[in-house]
Parts: sequence; structure tokens; C-alpha cells
Amino acid sequence: LGKKEIDADLLEELEYTLISADIGVRTANEILEGIRQRVDRHLVNDPSELRQLISEHLLGVLEASDRPLNFAAEAPTVVLMVGVNGSGKTTTTGKLAARFSGEGKTVLMCAADTFRAAAIEQLEVWGQRTKSDIIRQSQGSDPSAVVFDALHAARARKSDVLLVDTAGRLHTKSNLMVELEKMRRTAGRVIEGAPHEVWLVLDATTGQNGLEQARKFTESAGVTGLILTKLDGTAKGGIVVAITRELNLPIRFIGVGEQAEDLLPFEPEKFISSLFEA
Amino acid sequence: MFDSLSDKLQRVFKNIRGEGKLTAENMEVALKEIRVALLEADVHFKVVKAFMEGVRTKALGQEVLSSFSPAQQVIKIVRDELITVLGTHTARLRTANQPPTVVMVVGLQGSGKTTSSGKLARYLSKNGHRPLLVSVDVYRPAARQQLAVLAKDLGIPIYEGTPEETKPVDLARSARREAEISGRDMVLVDTAGRLHIDEDLMTELSQLKEALNPTEILFVADAMTGQDAVKSAEEFHKRLGITGVVLTKMDGDARGGAALSIRHITGQPLKFVGTGEKSDALEAFHPDRAASRILGM
Ligand SMILES: Nc1nc2c(ncn2[C@@H]2O[C@H](COP(=O)(O)OP(=O)(O)OP(=O)(O)O)[C@@H](O)[C@H]2O)c(=O)[nH]1
Ligand SMILES: Nc1nc2c(ncn2[C@@H]2O[C@H](COP(=O)(O)OP(=O)(O)OP(=O)(O)O)[C@@H](O)[C@H]2O)c(=O)[nH]1
Ligand SMILES: [K+]
Ligand SMILES: [Mg+2]
Ligand SMILES: [Mg+2]
Repeated sequence: LGKKEIDADLLEELEYTLISADIGVRTANEILEGIRQRVDRHLVNDPSELRQLISEHLLGVLEASDRPLNFAAEAPTVVLMVGVNGSGKTTTTGKLAARFSGEGKTVLMCAADTFRAAAIEQLEVWGQRTKSDIIRQSQGSDPSAVVFDALHAARARKSDVLLVDTAGRLHTKSNLMVELEKMRRTAGRVIEGAPHEVWLVLDATTGQNGLEQARKFTESAGVTGLILTKLDGTAKGGIVVAITRELNLPIRFIGVGEQAEDLLPFEPEKFISSLFEA
Repeated sequence: MFDSLSDKLQRVFKNIRGEGKLTAENMEVALKEIRVALLEADVHFKVVKAFMEGVRTKALGQEVLSSFSPAQQVIKIVRDELITVLGTHTARLRTANQPPTVVMVVGLQGSGKTTSSGKLARYLSKNGHRPLLVSVDVYRPAARQQLAVLAKDLGIPIYEGTPEETKPVDLARSARREAEISGRDMVLVDTAGRLHIDEDLMTELSQLKEALNPTEILFVADAMTGQDAVKSAEEFHKRLGITGVVLTKMDGDARGGAALSIRHITGQPLKFVGTGEKSDALEAFHPDRAASRILGM
């Protein structure tokens, strides 16, 4: 952005920067429209101010949805992990177990993906890695039944946190979304107020479909926050801007690798400046 | 055809003068709408740019067909051009002159490689082949077990490896030998997910390629991928020379513009689409359907 003048070319370049970060053409143009008006009214003259203005705008959007984590007054805090296929739910569940254990909390995990081949075994490896116990049944059993067991177990053992790993599902599959609703209701019947947090795990490489995913999972599962995975790649994850704007969901953590420690708290400033990096 | 894009285009042509004909001016307005549609479908912005140039040239040189409204005509031009770029449908896998044919399945984390490997094994055995599966994902928890479960359900043999075989290249070589001995004519190699910028793991893939001399290297891509599709596909292609693409999770509502980006950047054909989690949910790629879907029709 070392240009002298604010002209159509520069605005187009900015549009492409935002689009290539998966912010989306509409969101990008809405942001730039505000800036264009200020340019027209000669409120901005210096091209170097543009990036700053966009960043401030984005920061405003991301910070508006910020709120503290909803930890249960009385343990366990129940967290439901949801999302489309392959987004990183199981891995993130393992990483969260490591994180919460590291904070001195006792963690129990629930293998509620009873559908995908070796999904339970995958979570069990994470159980061993993080020295957390797992509640499981056999493949093919009713996920709500596993959730039911796990909630009772978490209460009996006085676990601080129960992390429920669910099967990946496309938000368009109504039967599978109903299954998720059922898990959620089951949790609430065993422990009032559960699940306390419902985290939508979103792959940073996701494009514009991410918004529809967030809408549908919020409707069915009552999403309370986002986790953006695979940010260690070249994808920027810009669709979260549209998601937080529309659904007012905070971004809790980011995934930056495949190991237990590769989960970081979301930092909006860092996220925004990475949008402008090539 | 009362979908949003053609509605939008109808409106575009109504609101401008000379609505009855396709002119240079109304064409520009229509092309703007199409640009937005392509970007919303996740086609990479550079690919959109290049594509729009092609469409503009084609459209302006065209006779006005009185049987079509201008909106319909523009859509037809764009759709035809999309189909041309996406290519004819080529679901067939090539086979080696000297069996076994080795097929490497590669891609980013979570794109659907293991599931697609199972699906391909089923497809091949339905088509008279005798495939052998092997997973060389020695990294992800329970990755090899996942493929083993799928293989067992399908009744297709898998090379399990020995406890000493901890390296992908060793596992893959032994699987190939096993296929030769047991008269299996195809070996499907499911590899670990990796980022295109992971130098070590990308080198590992090159080594696998060298050791196996695969006939097909299939890049498995998620239909929900956004602008990053170009970067990852380009790098996998540069490093490996991919021979085809499998586009997964097409049973959702993603428009799948990544298909166009990947095809544009690699020049390699889309061979299959994944349309579900079960092993039978694999279909041939149809450029006409993909084109309609990208346009949101
Ligand atoms: N590079 C990178 N890979 C990740 C990250 N998070 C998850 N992965 C990888 O992405 C792939 C899919 O992760 P899973 O945790 O199995 O995803 P999932 O959502 O549980 O998948 P399903 O249960 O099949 O829907 C695995 O190979 C993970 O190792 C991340 O932050 N960075
Ligand atoms: N709905 C749907 N789900 C799919 C499709 N293909 C794969 N999946 C799901 O996507 C998730 C990831 O699939 P995998 O086959 O484990 O992906 P992978 O590329 O092997 O993952 P890693 O080995 O961890 O990199 C699983 O939940 C699969 O069931 C598809 O075509 N449609
Ligand atoms: K990144
Ligand atoms: Mg999982
Ligand atoms: Mg796999």
C-alpha cells in the first residue's frame, strides 16, 4: 500500500485483499463503501490511513461479540463441540483437554461420535496424551446415550470440565441436526444449564459456506462461540468476520497445528493484521 | 429457471436501456453480477478475473438470438464457458501397463482422503479390479485404524504393515510387493493430511512418489474450500504433478467454486465427487452440474 493517491485502483486492490482472505465480496464492499464515503468527503486523504481504518472497523466487529466464558457455577462445565466433517473437532477437543488440565482442572471427555470409523479410538489417543478419562460406548450406539452417561459420570466424579466430541455433520442434513438437538436437550436434562458452551469448530480454509454453517449450527445446537482451526496454513479464515457480525459469536481459540499445544486464545489484532499479509 | 442469479440478471436488463439486446453496456452490468456470483461461490478472485475476460470476448462477438432474453443469453454464455473450463467428465482412473497400478491419495488435513480411499476401493472392485488398500498416515491418531475399519466393512484387503515399518515409504513399498505377490492389480495409498507449506511432509510425498511410481496422484479437496484452494492445489501440483482431483462433501450446500480454481491452476481433471460419508457416496464429476451449482442455479 505504498501508493500516493486514493483512487479506484487502490480501492480495488483493497477489495481483493479482503476477498482473498475469504471475507466475502459483500462484506468487503460494505466495509469499503464506508471508506469510500469518507474519501469522497475528503475525510481521508492518505492511502496509508486506509489499512488502519479497515483494521479499526474489523476490530470493532470482532470485539463487539466478546464476552466472558460461561463456566458453570457448580462443576462440571459442559462443552459441546460441533461442526462439519473434518473441521478439527476431535483434535481440538484433545487440545482443550490439554489446556484445561494445564490450568489444574480435571477433564472428562465424551466420545459422542459413534458414527465415523475409528473416531472413538482417535479420541482415546487424545485421552492418553492428555491423561484424561473418556466415556465411550461402542461404534453405532446412540450418541445421546453416551452423552447421558458422560454427564452422570462427570457429576459423580466431580470433573471440572466435560468435553463432548460429536460426529462431523453437514448443516444441511436435517436428521443429523436433529440428533445434535437431542444431545443438547439430553445434556440439559441431566445437568441444568448444560451444555454451558457450544463451540463451532470451523476450518480456516472454509469459504463463504462458513456463514450458512454457523447459522444452521446456531439454530440447532445453540452455538456460543467459534474455534478457528488450521490457521497454521495460508488460509486466513476471513469468513469469521461475516459470522461474528451476523450471529454475534465470539471467537474463542485458534488451532495452529496438530499437536496438543497448538491451540491459542484468539487475538483479534493479530488476526486482523494477518489478513493483510500475503 | 427462476433462481436468484437469473432473476437478478432479468432485473439488470429491465433497468437499462436497450433491454431487448445484448450490448456492450448492458453486458458490463450483467458481468458485474456474474462476478459477484462467482466470488460468492468461492472461485478465486484471479480465476474470476481471467474467466470474465474470456466471457466478455465471447459474449460481444455473439449473434443475438431472438429466442433468448438477454439475461438467459448471458447465463448461457457463462455456463457454457464454465463447462469448457471445468472439462469433460473423466471418471476413469488410468491403469499402469505393468500391474499393480499405484494410486496415491493426497491433500490437506480433513479433506476426505481416507473416506475417499475407501470409496475408490469399493468403486474399483465393483469395476472388476482387485484393489489393495494401505494407509501411510503414521501421524494422526487412529488414522490407520480408520482405514482398516473401512476396509473390513467393505471386505477389501488392507496392508497392515509390521511393527518395524514405521516409515510411510517402507509401508508403501511393502504394500506394493504384497499386491504383486497376492495378485492385486491396484494399490490405493492413503496418505496423511498435510499443509502445502509443510516442507518436511511435502518432501515425504515426493519420496513416496519416487518409490512407488504411481499412475494416479489424486488431490482430494473439500468443496467448502474458499480462496486458499488455489494456493494449496498449486503447491501440491508443483511438488507432485497431481493427475486428478476428487471434490468431497458435495452433499452439502457449498457452491464448490474451488473446483474451478483448482482446475484452472492445475489443468488437471476433476474425476470424482464425494456426496456423503458412506462408502457408496462417490460419483463421476459432471461439469454441467458443477457449472450450474457454481452459478447458484
Ligand atoms: N494443520 C492443522 N491441522 C489440524 C488442526 N486441527 C485439526 N487438524 C487436522 O485436521 C484433520 C481433521 O481433524 P479432526 O480433529 O479429525 O476433525 P473432526 O472435525 O473431528 O473430523 P470428523 O470427526 O471426521 O468430522 C486431522 O488431520 C487433524 O490433525 C490445526 O489447527 N492445524
Ligand atoms: N458429508 C460428507 N462427508 C465426507 C465426505 N468425504 C469425507 N467426509 C467426512 O469428512 C471427514 C474427514 O474425512 P477423512 O476421510 O477422515 O479425511 P482425511 O482427509 O483422511 O483426514 P486426515 O487424514 O485427518 O487428513 C469425515 O467425517 C468423513 O466422514 C463427503 O463426500 N461427504
Ligand atoms: K494463516
Ligand atoms: Mg472427529
Ligand atoms: Mg485420513
